[in-house]
Amino acid sequence: MDLVELSRLQFAVTALYHFLFVPLTLGLSILLGIMETVYVMTGKPVWKEMVKFWGTLFGINFAMGVATGVTMEFQFGTNWAYYSHYVGDVFGAPLAIEGLMAFFLEATFVGLFFFAWDRLSKVQHLIATWALAIGTNLSALWILIANGWMQYPVGARFNVDTMRMEVTDFMQVFFNPVAQAKFVHTVSAGYVTGSIFVLAISAYFVLRGRHVEFARRSLTVAASFGLASALCVVVLGDESGYTAGQSQKMKIAAIEAMWETEPAPASFTVFGLPNLKNHHTALEVKVPWMLGLIATRSIDTPVPGIGELVGTARNNIVDGLIAYRLLPQVREHPADPALRAQLDVHVANLGYALLLKTIRPDVENATAGEIDRAAASTIPNVPVLFWSFRVMVGLGLWFIALFATCFWLSAKLTLHKTPLVLRAALYSLPLPWIAAELGWIVAEYGRQPWVIVGVLPTALGVSSIPAGNVAFSLIGFALFYTGLLCADLYLLVKTIRLGPGGSHGEIAA
Amino acid sequence: MSEYEILRLIWWALLGILLIGFAVMDGFDLGTAALLPFVGRTDMERRVAINAVGPVWEGNQVWFILGGGAIFAAWPALYAASFSGFYLAMFLVLATLILRPVGFKFRSKVDDPRWRAFWDWCLFAGGIFPALVFGVAFGNLFEGVPFSFDDTLRLRTDITLLGLLNPFALLVGLVSLCMIAMHGAAWLNHKTRGPVQVRARAALPVLAGLFMLLFLLAGLWLSLKGGYRIDGVMPHDGPSNPLLKQVSRGSWFGNFAVMPVLWLAPVLAFAGAALAALLRTKPLVAFLCSALAIAATIATAGLALFPFLLPSSTMPSASLTVWDASSSRLTLAVMLGATALLLPVVIAYTTWVYRVMRGPVSEDSLNTDSHSY
Repeated sequence: MDLVELSRLQFAVTALYHFLFVPLTLGLSILLGIMETVYVMTGKPVWKEMVKFWGTLFGINFAMGVATGVTMEFQFGTNWAYYSHYVGDVFGAPLAIEGLMAFFLEATFVGLFFFAWDRLSKVQHLIATWALAIGTNLSALWILIANGWMQYPVGARFNVDTMRMEVTDFMQVFFNPVAQAKFVHTVSAGYVTGSIFVLAISAYFVLRGRHVEFARRSLTVAASFGLASALCVVVLGDESGYTAGQSQKMKIAAIEAMWETEPAPASFTVFGLPNLKNHHTALEVKVPWMLGLIATRSIDTPVPGIGELVGTARNNIVDGLIAYRLLPQVREHPADPALRAQLDVHVANLGYALLLKTIRPDVENATAGEIDRAAASTIPNVPVLFWSFRVMVGLGLWFIALFATCFWLSAKLTLHKTPLVLRAALYSLPLPWIAAELGWIVAEYGRQPWVIVGVLPTALGVSSIPAGNVAFSLIGFALFYTGLLCADLYLLVKTIRLGPGGSHGEIAA
Repeated sequence: MSEYEILRLIWWALLGILLIGFAVMDGFDLGTAALLPFVGRTDMERRVAINAVGPVWEGNQVWFILGGGAIFAAWPALYAASFSGFYLAMFLVLATLILRPVGFKFRSKVDDPRWRAFWDWCLFAGGIFPALVFGVAFGNLFEGVPFSFDDTLRLRTDITLLGLLNPFALLVGLVSLCMIAMHGAAWLNHKTRGPVQVRARAALPVLAGLFMLLFLLAGLWLSLKGGYRIDGVMPHDGPSNPLLKQVSRGSWFGNFAVMPVLWLAPVLAFAGAALAALLRTKPLVAFLCSALAIAATIATAGLALFPFLLPSSTMPSASLTVWDASSSRLTLAVMLGATALLLPVVIAYTTWVYRVMRGPVSEDSLNTDSHSY
C-alpha cells in the first residue's frame, strides 16, 4: 500500500473506532439528564440509582471516547499536512471553537458528575449533568460544521498569494445547511444508540428476573426517548438527503446507483446489484417518484445520473486547467491585475484540475484521454455506497418499529411480561453501532475522491512522510485501540453483571 | 502598526498562553502520574495520588486539545509542519496520552493487583513521555528542523526520530521533565495528606533544584550555539507565505540584547522554582510559585525564538515566523472574538469546579467517599 492508502486507512480505522463511543456518549448523556431531572422532581431514590448505574456505564464509554478522540484532533496535522495547510484557515476555526465551547464544558463537568454527589445540592448536581450533556452535544455540532464544510465548502475562496483556501464569510461556514442537517441526523442517531443500549440491557434484567422495578422504569424512558429520536433520524436523514441532493449530486447518484439521468420525478431503487465495470445495475426493483421527492422535493426537477455528472466534471477540469496554468504566471508577476482577474474567472474549478495530479505530475500538459480518466475518477465506489445506505435505512426503520412496539406495550404496562419483544430488544443491542458506522461510510467514503468536495482531492492532502512511518502508527493504533476495546467491553460486562446497586462498596467513579 | 500585524502579535501571545495553560493545568496531572510509583508504594497511597487529580484532570487535558485546535486555526502552517515533521514523536505522545483517560477510569474498577499494577505503569508512562517529548520538541526548535517547501507550499521534511534526539534537545527534554515533576510534587504536597504528602514534600526541593540546574545549563549551552535572524526588513502584514523572506544565522539572545527587560522571564523562572522549594510548608503558595516557574520558562523560550515559530535548518528562508505562518486576517479576528467571549466563561466554571472539589485527599477521605477512583 502506498502513503495515500495507508493514511486513508489509518484515518478510517481511528475515526470508526472513535465513532464506536461517540454515539453512546451523545445519547446516554441526555438520558442521564432526563433520569436525573425525574429524580430531582419526584425525589424517588430509584431514579438516582438509575443515574448512578447508567452513569457508571457512561463513564467507561466516555473514557474510551476521550482516549480515541485525542488522536483525531492531531491526525490532520500528522498525516494530512498539505490538507491542514490548504484549508486550515477555514477548517481549524470550528475545531478550536469546539475545544473552547464544548470540550471544556463536558470534560470539566464530567468530574463533578462522578465526584461531587456529596458536595452539591440536588439541583446543582442536576445542572452539572446537563452541562455535561450539552457539552457533548455541542462538540458534535462543531465537528459537523467542520465536516459539513468538507462536503459543501461554502464561504471561502482560493488565495494565490498564500496558495490556500481562506475564509470570506464565516456566517456561511457556520450556518452551512449541510452541517445543520448532518448535526441533527448524527445526534439523533446518538440518541437512538443510547436508547437501544438502555432498552437492551434493561430487557436483559427483566428476562433474568433481576432488578425488575429498576429495569421497567429504564425501559419506559428508553422506549419513549428512543421512539422520538428514531423518528427524528429518519425525518432528518431525509433532510440530509435533500441538502446532499442540492450540494453533492454525485453522492446521491452513487447511493442510488443511478448511472444515467432519469426523467423527473426520479424513482428510488429498493434493490439492485450495481456493477462498477459496465455501469449497469442488475435486478433493479424501483419505487416510482420517491427519489425525485427526497432529493429535489418536487416532481419536475430531474436528478442527474452518474454519466451526466462525469460530463460536468470533465468541463470543470478543462476550466480548472486554465486556472492551473495561470498560477505560475501570477506568482511571477504578482502585481499584474489583468492576470489576477483572469485567474478569478476560473479559480473555482482549480480543484478539478488537481484531480489530474494523481495521473501525471505536470498537470498543465494533460491530454484529452487523461482528462477523461480524471473525470471518471470522480465516481465513488457505487456498490459499497448503495448497500451501506440501504442497510442503514433498513436498520433505521427497524428501530422505529421496535421503539413503537416497546412504547405501546410499556404504556399498557405489559412490556415486562412480553418476552418476545424483550428478546428482540436485547438482540438489537449491536445494531445502532452498525447503522452509525455505515452512516459514516456513506458520508465520508461517498465523498471520495475528494477530501474537500471540488476543492482538494484526497490523494493530495497527505503529509510528505515515509509510508513506513504511517504503516507503523497504523498498526500501533489498531493494536492499541483493540486492546483498550477489550478492557472496555470487559468492564462494561462486569458492571452490567453486577447490576444496579452492585457498585455499592465498589468504586463507582 | 496595521491591524493584521496586531492580530498576529496577539495570536502569538495567545499561543504562549495556551501552552502555559496546558503546562500549568495539565502539567500537575502529568507530574503526579510521573511521580506515581515513587510517592505511592501501596495501592491505597496510589489511590490517594490518583484521586488528588481525579476530578479535574479531564478538564485540564482540554488545554492540550485546545492547543492543537488553536494552532490549527491560527497557525495552520505550524500545525501542518510540526505535527507531520515530528511524526513518530507525536505518535509516542498520543499513544501514551491515550493511556491516561482509560488508566484513570479503569484502574480502580477491578480489585486485582496485576490489573492495577498494569494501569499504574500506563499512567506512569503517560506522565513521563509527554513531558519529555514536549521538551525535546522545544529543544529542536532552537536547533532548527530540516524542512523546506516547494512552490505550491507543499512541505518536504528530512526529520528522523534519531535526528530529533540530539544532545541539546535531550537536555531540554530533561528540563521539561524536571519542571513537570516539580509541579506534580507541588500539587501532591498541596492536595494530599499522609505519606504521599510527606514524600512529595521531600521530593519538591530536589526536583526544583534539578530543574534550575538543567535550565541554567541549557541557557549556557544555547549561548554557545547560533540562532537565526531575519535579514533586512520584512513586512509584518504581508501574505502568509513563508517563501518571501531571507534568513541567516544569528543568536537566540538577540531579543534580550535589544530589550534587557526580557531577562525578567528567566529570572522569574529561577525565582519561582526556588520559592516553590523554600516555601514547601505553605503548600498553596509553593504550588503557585511552581506555576510561575513554568509560565516564565515557556515565556523565556518564546521570547528567545521570536519572531520564529519553527526555524528550518536546511532551508532557513522557509522558516515559519509570526509574520508569515498565520491564518488570514479575518480568521484571526473572528477566532480572537470567539476566544475573548468563551475563555472567561471556561475559567469561571473551572474555578467553580475547583472550589466544589476543594479540600485535601487522604486515605480517610477515600474510605468515607464512595465516589472516587
